[in-house]
Amino acid sequence: MENNHTRKTQEMTLQTLIDELGLKCKCCWEKLGNEIEGGYAGDLLSDVMGNSKKGDIWVTRQVHLNIVAVASLKEHAGIVIVQGASPDKDTIEKAQKEGIPIMVSDLPEFELVGKIYHLMHHAQ
Amino acid sequence: MTRLYTCNLHVHTCLSPCGDLDMHPSAVVEEAVLQHLDIIAVCDHNTSGNVRYVQKAAEGSGLTVIPGMEVTTREEVHVIALFESVEQLESLQEIVYEHLSGLNDEKAFGMQVLVNEIGEVEGFNERLLIGATDISLETLVEKVHESGGLAVAAHIDRPSFSVLSQLGFVPGHVPFDALEISARLPFDQARSRFPELAGYTFITSSDAHFVHDIGKTCIRMNLEEPSFPEIRLAFEKKKGRYVLE
Repeated sequence: MENNHTRKTQEMTLQTLIDELGLKCKCCWEKLGNEIEGGYAGDLLSDVMGNSKKGDIWVTRQVHLNIVAVASLKEHAGIVIVQGASPDKDTIEKAQKEGIPIMVSDLPEFELVGKIYHLMHHAQ
Repeated sequence: MTRLYTCNLHVHTCLSPCGDLDMHPSAVVEEAVLQHLDIIAVCDHNTSGNVRYVQKAAEGSGLTVIPGMEVTTREEVHVIALFESVEQLESLQEIVYEHLSGLNDEKAFGMQVLVNEIGEVEGFNERLLIGATDISLETLVEKVHESGGLAVAAHIDRPSFSVLSQLGFVPGHVPFDALEISARLPFDQARSRFPELAGYTFITSSDAHFVHDIGKTCIRMNLEEPSFPEIRLAFEKKKGRYVLE
């Protein structure tokens, strides 16, 4: 858990992830220009609160409303929910209100994180 | 007239895969009586199968057995559900089973044994009781309340399966009736560690998986009689009922 944090080496926005990895955006389309500074993967919100950083793209399988508060508190660039899971309606509503873009992917967490990591460190 | 009753509201039996096989109903009751407990709540993981047997084993012993269950939500938060009647508990059981998939692997997780009040094996539960339901925390608490029960967030200070470990903080819109702190954290330390939770009733319990833990880390509640409605009043701090900290 402590080692799943990474910082980028290339400029990247949420829109890049959507274009490259086929993520679907669920809210805050106006914020897809948010720059991604780094990334964090985790489903234990206590861990994410403790170890993620500002500007991170947060990849998680957790869909509970509290993810929005954690992302807002930590000033994440956005959240990606994996494994085709659907965020609750109230989660989306809260995210829209708080200005936290939520995207979803059908990929398992491991694969998506691998792809994002690759994009960050090997993009031309 | 109210007085203090000694209670452990989170006791497993041998039906929980992680519960010691010695935790069969009559042994649980025997130890609870030996330790001068007035009330225990039987809370196995996602199942209620041994509750009736513990109640039967307690007949005539003076021990009150509250029907309960420790349910795992889809966020992998453990919630203790407490009820007045086994029928109410069983109505929650139906919902939990509808939302719990998988089969137990005894070698990996342990045996799940139904044992009656005289120590005879009645059968084995084949479901993956250690697993998580796909019921959200909000929905579960709602269902517990609809069935007439009380919902307690289990061992909130623990680093796994607790509302704080899984969700970072206690969601204010989820109407928990109480929060449980684990045996390792005394009340005063819990209060100073969680000032933001000052409005909640705290309970503590040993989360007993072994017989020798049944009498450890109990709470004392000021009640008129050892009953579910009185526990509800104590959680609500009404009519002079309360949980002694």
